[in-house]
Amino acid sequence: MAQKGVFALSHKAVLIIGGGIAGIQSAIDLANMGTTVYLVEKKPSIGGRMAQLDKTFPTNDCSMCILAPKMIECANHENITLLTYSEVAEIQGEEGNFKARIIKKARFVEEDKCVGCGECAEKCPTKVSDEFNVGLGQRKAIYKYFPQAVPSTYVIDPDHCRLFQGKKCGVCQKTCKANAVNYDQKDREILLDVGAVIMATGFDLYNVSGLGEYGWGKIKNVLTAMQFERMICASGPTRGHLERPSDGKEPKTLAFIQCVGSRDVRHRRYCSAVCCMHATKEAILAHEHYPHLSSTIFFMDMRAVGKGFQDYIRRAGEEYSVEYIRARPGRITENEENGNPVIHFEDTTTRELKSQEFDMVILSQALRPSEGNAAVAGQMGVTLDEFGFVAPSEDLLNPFATSRGGVFACGFCQSPMDVPDSVVRASAAASKVAEVLASCG
Amino acid sequence: MSDPVHVGVFVCHCGTNIGGIVNVPEVVEYAKTLPCVEWAEGNLYTCSEDGLSSIRNRIKELKLNRVVVASCTPRTHEMLFRKNCERAGLNKYLFEFVNLREHCSWVHMEKPAEATLKAKDLVRMGVAKVSLLQPREDLATDVLKATMVLGGGVTGLSAALTLAHQGYQVEIVEKEEELGGLLRFVNRVFPSHQPSSVLLNPLIESVLENPNIRVHLGAQLTEVKGFVGNFKATINEGGNPLELNVGTIIVAVGAQSHKPVGSFGYGRFDNVMTQLDFERLGTGQTAGFNHVVIINCVGARNEERSYCGRFCCIVALKNAILLKEANPHAQVTIVQRDVMAVGKLYEDYYRRALEMGVRFVRYDPARPPQVEGINGKAERVRVFHLLMGKEIELGADLVLLTTPLVPAEDNAALSQMMKIPLGTDGFFLEAHQKLRPVEFPADGIFVGGCARYPAEIPDCIGQGLAAAAKAAIPMARGQVVSDAFVSEVEPSLCSACGRCVAVCPFGAVDWAEVRTSAGGAKSVARINPAECKGCGLCTASCLSGAIRLSGFTDEQIFAMIGTQR
Repeated sequence: MAQKGVFALSHKAVLIIGGGIAGIQSAIDLANMGTTVYLVEKKPSIGGRMAQLDKTFPTNDCSMCILAPKMIECANHENITLLTYSEVAEIQGEEGNFKARIIKKARFVEEDKCVGCGECAEKCPTKVSDEFNVGLGQRKAIYKYFPQAVPSTYVIDPDHCRLFQGKKCGVCQKTCKANAVNYDQKDREILLDVGAVIMATGFDLYNVSGLGEYGWGKIKNVLTAMQFERMICASGPTRGHLERPSDGKEPKTLAFIQCVGSRDVRHRRYCSAVCCMHATKEAILAHEHYPHLSSTIFFMDMRAVGKGFQDYIRRAGEEYSVEYIRARPGRITENEENGNPVIHFEDTTTRELKSQEFDMVILSQALRPSEGNAAVAGQMGVTLDEFGFVAPSEDLLNPFATSRGGVFACGFCQSPMDVPDSVVRASAAASKVAEVLASCG
Repeated sequence: MSDPVHVGVFVCHCGTNIGGIVNVPEVVEYAKTLPCVEWAEGNLYTCSEDGLSSIRNRIKELKLNRVVVASCTPRTHEMLFRKNCERAGLNKYLFEFVNLREHCSWVHMEKPAEATLKAKDLVRMGVAKVSLLQPREDLATDVLKATMVLGGGVTGLSAALTLAHQGYQVEIVEKEEELGGLLRFVNRVFPSHQPSSVLLNPLIESVLENPNIRVHLGAQLTEVKGFVGNFKATINEGGNPLELNVGTIIVAVGAQSHKPVGSFGYGRFDNVMTQLDFERLGTGQTAGFNHVVIINCVGARNEERSYCGRFCCIVALKNAILLKEANPHAQVTIVQRDVMAVGKLYEDYYRRALEMGVRFVRYDPARPPQVEGINGKAERVRVFHLLMGKEIELGADLVLLTTPLVPAEDNAALSQMMKIPLGTDGFFLEAHQKLRPVEFPADGIFVGGCARYPAEIPDCIGQGLAAAAKAAIPMARGQVVSDAFVSEVEPSLCSACGRCVAVCPFGAVDWAEVRTSAGGAKSVARINPAECKGCGLCTASCLSGAIRLSGFTDEQIFAMIGTQR
């Protein structure tokens, strides 16, 4: 991508909070208009939730294959500064003239020296549960957030590193041929002058251990959808092989339970918007991996409202051995002999109480605003709604405005939405920012 | 280029990623034996500053005029190495990338000896190709800072206004005599229940007041020529032709409401109407009904039209609530298949309808509801109640049919005129469903709103703004830089069969008149380099061998595969 002939729209820069697909898209659009962009991401890599997905509905495009070029475009763009492993500490000022204070956490690895070769992690003696793989795999105490991470810089997790825990080690520093490991690195404060801010803080997974009736965390072969997503991904902890956590066996039957925590007044009243489709996708992918595998999806309403979604659901039934049962299961028990989860439900079309055993059960957990959203919004004085999403804009014509002038929002932090809707809204927020900057002159 | 070719080869260890499997020193020694290779070296990390400066120094010292880097993927690193060549004064297109990591060491981890042989092959092919590369310049075209917005509904108006605020000129072309689109006929908007005019009037006023926006009403697009940066569009405005010169185009032509003539008594009973028919009656008309049956998914999610109308369930909820508010004693029943109350706001809206006493009956599309009546008036709806497992009868003095939006009639003509694709459902087909939802394969033309797929108001506004952002990019830059590796036609070989014209996804191929050697004229294919993306489809489809794709010429490919180890 040639960056020739970019003219400056305004000398004002833009701060984007959140390096998921929404933040990435806003950043690229504004940078391509000639604006200086600072993209702040709290994790060690940009990519967000989309980086964790195996494939995407309804085209079954490999998620990483379509996301990675965008991440790289961000990293290589002369108008974008990536501030990963960083958080917003404070924002003062007003539209057209904000001062932002960013804390860039110490990685203990120099970004300009590390080439991402991975020899340090190979030699590191400490294994830790891997957050990116939702606890299914392990990483080292010095690690890259995921294989395609951008930047590809490694990071030391001081909570687990032997050296930081007062033991003898230093293996990574000795191993690194690029001399990038620096145990003395400190958190850094970065001050930015920006004209506008975009919040694109995304979502976190609702903790389903509160739904005791479904036994997640107790019944081994009950997983969450994100765990399943990592398991079926070729770059995941099982290299894409489905393995039951209880015995490592390949499952023949899967069940998906929808609205786990969503559309539930005890948990989250709202609909999480993407689960009908991701469950269908996961069932299709499982069948593609194992042609003898069949899936059952327990649902309330099959909310397949996007472009091409109805055809996707139809094909799942006709070509991929996916059965849809309209029911809200009451509970899951475990067959202690074989470790199979047993689902107890009322089939609403036949009005019968049934129990059915499956090899593995996947819970389509509710999605909630990012855990850090309240803190970020609090720093900026942006009003959130009762769930922690950015409160809807008063201005019907500008659904991307927040309660603070000059601060815009897009993507899942506004309301549950899928990738195309997030991408559309990211570009839309970029357009509103371009208006602000144009008026700054 | 007449200078003798001097190739430098730089082979990367990538730590142990390549060097741990492929014997890099052996590959380097082999590279030194290849024709025209002046220099070869191995680097621990060619992409590090050490590696990059080494390339620059060798270019200067040894007067290298071709560079091969054998390392990782061009996806991440090609730009870096090209720029690095440029810094040393070498044309950046005299560089060739060989992927020894993804294409070799990573996939042959278990077989280091064979991987080393393959690495030599790959390097040899890279050297053969780079020797035949010619310097090229990026092709830049100027971009007019004006946009034509087709359609003056909420999508088009939102797009126009944001662009005007950013300082661009906008031409709105609306076929009706009034701005506002379908939203003009909507009574109230969900879930706030404000009249649609509260939203639409200020939007239209802002557009009309803005000096950067020209509005063409009663206007039809008749022709579009040109490409990104410089489109010439001809419109017919009230009988007068007018030419508009713009840099970008936004397609926001909207959609139309489906009229299910012949089904569910529509057209036969006066009191059977679509949601939009009902809304057009106006606010005063919601009272006076005691038994209302609303049938959802009429003309949607069926054999003929497989898609879901996305927001029609919410329209049904809205009118059910409004009817209940007007007459709390009314029995309002929504006969539905799934309630698509997606996202944060609509579950509460659904609950509100339930709490007000709106009843929901689930039906089976295989046993659709029957609307019955006499003397042009519907009196009852019979439906098989899925949860009860039996047929029930609902009295009705009003039957509302919830129908989806269907594509606008002109879509096919516009698609042909502008060489932009339509999907099988008749809506415009975006470049990529996930990540390029408001773009087309061709540059400079964008899409938003119900022209793309049914969208509710905030989504229309969002897509209008998003399309505007995409249109603003080339206009902000002031020029577009095209790919340097493009296809070229040799006119003397062209047989004018037209295969290339048909196969080009970007509309970059058209016809040109050339003189023949006999003194006559003939029509041949012509490729506009500003629109060509260098995909090679035309090259591969040409039966006469008249099209060559620079950077991938037959000569180069044959050189790559022709030399044996």
